[in-house]
Amino acid sequence: MAVTQLIGARIQRREDPRLVTGHGRFTDDRSPRGCCVLQVVRSPHPHARIRSIDTARAAAHPDVLRVLTAADFRSVLHGAMPVTPSFVAEKRQVPERFPIATEEVVYQGEPVAVVVARDRAAAVDAAEWVVVDYEPLPAVVDPIAALDPAGPRAHAGAPDNVCWDVTYTGGDVAGAFADAELVVHGRIVQQRLAPTPIEGRVVVAEHDPYDERMTIWLGSQNPHFIRLFVSQALQMAETQVRVVSRDVGGGFGSKISPYPEDYLVPAAAKLVGRPVKWVETRTEAMAGTTHGRGQVFEADVAVRRDGTLLGMRLTQTLDVGAYCGTFGAFQAVAVYMAPGAYRWRGVEGRTIGVLTNRVPTDPYRGAGRPEGTHLVERMVDLVARELGMDQAEVRRRNFVTAFPFTNPFGFVYDSGNYHGSLDLALAAVDYPSLRRRQAEGRAAGRYLGIGLSTYVEICGFGPSAPTAGATGGIALVEGAQVRVFPTGSVAVYVGTHAHGQGHDTTFAQIVADTLGVPMEQVELHHGDTDEGTGFGYGTYGSRSLSVGGMAVRGASLLVREKARRLAAHLLEAAEADVLVERGRFAVRGSPASSRSFQEVALAAYGANLPSGMEQGLEAVHYFDPANFVWPFGAHVCVVEVDPDTGQVTIERYVAVDDCGTVINPMIVEGQVQGGIAQGIAQALFEEVVYDPDSGQLRTGTLLDYLVPTMSELPVPECSRQVTPSPTNELGVKGVGEAGTIAASVAVINAICDALQPLGIRHVDMPASPDRLWQQLQEVRRP
Amino acid sequence: MIPASFDYRRAHDLDEATRWLGELGPEAKVLAGGHSLIPLMRLRLAQPSALVDIGRVPGLDTIRVDGDRLRIGALVRHAALARSEVVRRALPLLAEMAAEVGDQQVRARGTLGGVIAHADPAGDYPTLALMLDAEIVTTHGSHPARDFFQHLFTTPLQPDEVIREVTFPVAAGPHRYIKFRRRRCDWAIVGAAVQQSDGGWRLGLTNCGPTPMRARAAEAALAEGRTMAEAALQAAEGLTPPSDLRASSDYRRHLARVLTRRALEQAAA
Repeated sequence: MAVTQLIGARIQRREDPRLVTGHGRFTDDRSPRGCCVLQVVRSPHPHARIRSIDTARAAAHPDVLRVLTAADFRSVLHGAMPVTPSFVAEKRQVPERFPIATEEVVYQGEPVAVVVARDRAAAVDAAEWVVVDYEPLPAVVDPIAALDPAGPRAHAGAPDNVCWDVTYTGGDVAGAFADAELVVHGRIVQQRLAPTPIEGRVVVAEHDPYDERMTIWLGSQNPHFIRLFVSQALQMAETQVRVVSRDVGGGFGSKISPYPEDYLVPAAAKLVGRPVKWVETRTEAMAGTTHGRGQVFEADVAVRRDGTLLGMRLTQTLDVGAYCGTFGAFQAVAVYMAPGAYRWRGVEGRTIGVLTNRVPTDPYRGAGRPEGTHLVERMVDLVARELGMDQAEVRRRNFVTAFPFTNPFGFVYDSGNYHGSLDLALAAVDYPSLRRRQAEGRAAGRYLGIGLSTYVEICGFGPSAPTAGATGGIALVEGAQVRVFPTGSVAVYVGTHAHGQGHDTTFAQIVADTLGVPMEQVELHHGDTDEGTGFGYGTYGSRSLSVGGMAVRGASLLVREKARRLAAHLLEAAEADVLVERGRFAVRGSPASSRSFQEVALAAYGANLPSGMEQGLEAVHYFDPANFVWPFGAHVCVVEVDPDTGQVTIERYVAVDDCGTVINPMIVEGQVQGGIAQGIAQALFEEVVYDPDSGQLRTGTLLDYLVPTMSELPVPECSRQVTPSPTNELGVKGVGEAGTIAASVAVINAICDALQPLGIRHVDMPASPDRLWQQLQEVRRP
Repeated sequence: MIPASFDYRRAHDLDEATRWLGELGPEAKVLAGGHSLIPLMRLRLAQPSALVDIGRVPGLDTIRVDGDRLRIGALVRHAALARSEVVRRALPLLAEMAAEVGDQQVRARGTLGGVIAHADPAGDYPTLALMLDAEIVTTHGSHPARDFFQHLFTTPLQPDEVIREVTFPVAAGPHRYIKFRRRRCDWAIVGAAVQQSDGGWRLGLTNCGPTPMRARAAEAALAEGRTMAEAALQAAEGLTPPSDLRASSDYRRHLARVLTRRALEQAAA
C-alpha cells in the first residue's frame, strides 16, 4: 500500500460548500424549455379490479395536454419491469409488473393513470377529475396471514401468495441439535420502514425525435442500470438513452431499483412530444417508494450449558409486497448472515417471500444484514439470559478467531479481530463499573440497560462470479476512467454514484496520492451515462470504496505507469531507475534529474515519445474483487427505561467499527453516525403501519411516520480498530451501512437488559413508550 | 402537493376582515400564521374557497398586563410569547409552553389566536386557556374558555368572527407543563399542566379527549388536602382519550395520572 499524505487524512468533504449553500444540481432544478408536469393518479385501494377509467373531464381541462392510461403506454413501453435473482434464484412465482396498472391494482399508490399538464396546479386538479371505477377485492395485509391457503390472494387468481420458499443448510444442523443441552427460541419482528431520503424521487425526461435521443434526469444510485432497463422497455438502443443523476438528496437503497415513474415519464415525453417532469410528494413517497425490512423471524438456537453455540434453525418470512422488488430478494441475505461473528456446527435457514397488497420491499440501508445481525445478536442475548451468563462472555466464548473463516453457508470472512473490537468497546464504557451501577440502580427502582452488538457484515459487491448470477448477467465489478489533460489536470469518471457518501473527496484522495498531484487538480465525475466507462455498477451495499475506489486506484496506477515510462524516456534513464515521489519522476540516485507530473502530462501529448507509445495519458480499469469484504465491530448502547411511562432514554452509545484501512476518518465517522441514527430510528421510532382491516396505509405523512431528529438522538462516541482487508491492495472494507447494521439490536438488547428484572424477555421494534408500557402491564398482571 | 385554488384577500383591519368573511360565506377561512391551515390545504384535506389574511392587521400583536389580566393579541407568535418578559413575569407557564411548540420555524410563524381558533385538543394553549378560565375576545364579543372548546376543532366562532385577543389571569406561582412526546417537535401525546392560582391548583390535560380537559377530580382532591400522588391518581377521571398510532386510550389515561403527579411534584419542588 502506498504510504502517503492524503490517504488516511481528515479532509473536509469538498462537495459540501456547494451543497450546503444551496448550489447543488438536483433533478428538480432542471426544467428543459417547454417542460410540462406529470401527475400520477394512484389507486386508493390496496386491492381492486379496475372496471373503467373515465378521463374525459380531466382531458378537457384547458391546461391538460394528455391523460394517459395503461392502454396508451402499451404502445411505447414493452415487457415487464425487471426482477433479479438476487439471493434467491429459485422463485416460485413472480407477478408480472407493468409500470401502470391495467386491470387490477394490487397496492395502494399503484399508478392507474397520468395527467400531463402545462403546470402543476392544473395537473393536480385534473388528476382529481379522473374517475376510476374500482371493484374492491379482499386484500392481503399481513405476511403471516398471507400464508393461510384459505385466505385472499394478493393477485386475483394466483395459486397462493408464495413468491419463494427456499431452505439453505450449512454444516451439521441435526448433530448440533442432537447434542444440545438447551434450545432457546426467539421470534423477532422487523417492521416495515420507509427509507425517507430528504429528496424524494424526481424524473425529468426529454425526447428528441430527430436525433432519436431520450434524456432522463433522475436521482438514482445506479443510473447505468436504469438506462439498461428503461432503454429495453422503450425499445431504444442503450446509446440512444442517456440517464443523468447529478446531486441526489439521499437514497438509502430506495433509489437502486427502477420505479414505474422511471418508465412512465420518458414514455409520456415521447407520447406528448414535450419534456415532462414528475416530482414526488412526501405522501407519494410514503406510499409508493419501496419500503425496507418487513420480516418476521422464528429461530431456535441449540447450545451447551457452558454457553457454546451449536446450531441454529431459522425461518425468515419476508413481506415482498405486491410485486417482487427488482432487488427484493437481496434481503434473504439475512439468512446467510444469521451465523454472525460466531462459530456454529450447523445453521439452517428457510426464507419465505410472501406477496401482500402493499408496496414492494427492496433494499434499505443494510438490506438483510441488519435483520440477520438483529436476529443473531438477540438470540445470543437470550442464550446468555437463559444460562445466567454475561452477554459479553457468551460472545467471547463463541467468536470466530482465525481468518479467513468459512461460515456455514460457504461465505469466507476475509479478516477480523472480534475480541479486539469488543474489548475496546467494553473498555470505553468501563463495563464492570457499568454493571455495578446497573445493580445499584435496580435496587433503587431505576432500570439501566446495557446492550451489545458485535456484528459482522458482508459488503463490497462483486465479486463477479456470484454477483453476475444475482443480477441476471451483469457482474458487479466497477469501472473507472482516468484522463490526464496536457496541463496535468485530472478528470476521473466513476461508475459508482455519490448521494451523500463523499466520493468526490475520498476518491480524489486516492487519485491524488497515486499520481502525486494535489487533490485540487483532480475532478470527479459520476452519474452521466454518456460519460466514462461503458457500464457503471452504482452505489449500494457499501461497495463504492472497496470496488469503485479500487477501480479508481487501478486506473490511476495505469496512468502512473505510462507516465513513468515516458518520464524515463525524457530523462534518458532506464525505466526501472525512475521513481515516483510526490508528483515528480526522478532518477534513482540523482534526484536533481527529474520531471514533474505536469511536464510529463504535456509531453504525453507531444512528439517525443518512446517508440511504440501512443499519445495521450488516460486509462480505464475495471476492478473485480476476489471476495466480498467483511467489516465488523462492537457497539454498546446504554439506556435507561422509565418503568412508569415506558420511555427509553439513550444515555450513551459507543461504537467501535473496523472497516479496514480508512481513507478519510471524517467521512467514516459521518457514515457511522448516520448509520447509527437510522438503526436507532428503527429501534425506537419508525414503523410503516397499514390498517390491519382495510389495508390502508396509516403512516402516510411524516407526522405519523416518526423520523427522529437531532433532538432525539445521542451523539455516538465513535472509535476504530483497523484490521486491513486482504481482499484489495488498499486494505479497505465498507462503512456505509455498518452503523445501521449494528445499532438496532444494540438498542433493543439494552432495553431487554434493562427490563429483565421486571420479567420482560423480548421487545419488538419500534420500542415505543406505549408498547413498552403495554408489555409491562402484561407482566405486572398477577 | 399543492392546494386547490382559492381566493386570497389581505385585510387591513378587522372590520374589513369581518365584512369580507360575511360576504364570502362559511367556506372562507381566516389566515393568520397558517401553520395548521396551510398543511391541511396542501394535502387538500381543507379546501376553503377563500382566505382572508389578517397577518398584517395592526394592533393584534401586543402583550400587556391590565390589572390582574394578561392580554395577548391574537397575532402574537409563539416565539414572541416565549421570549416576552411580560409573559414570563405574569404567566410564566404560557412562556414555557410557547417555547415548546413545534420547531423554530413553527414558532416563528404560528400565532396564539390561530391555535385557539383551531381548537385542536393536541394544542397546548387551549389547555392553559381552559384551566385558567381565559377569555377569548373576538370581533363579536367575548367567550369564556370553558364555553369555547366545544368539540374536536369546534368552537362557537361564527364564520365572520375573528379573535382579537385572549386574556389570561396573571398567575406567577408554582407551575409546570410536561409535554410527553416521542420527538421534540411533535404535539403532545399527552400534556399535563399544573398552575397554582389563588391558593389552589388548576390542572389541565392536553390531547386527552375531544377538547382540552381539566382534571377537576384531582383538583378537588388537592383542595381536600390529599397528597399530590393521591390526587394525581384521579387525573384521568372521566377521560376518554383517543387511541391513535402514538398511543392507546388506556396509555393516555395512564400518562394523565403519571404526568400530573410529576408536574405537581416538580412545580412544588
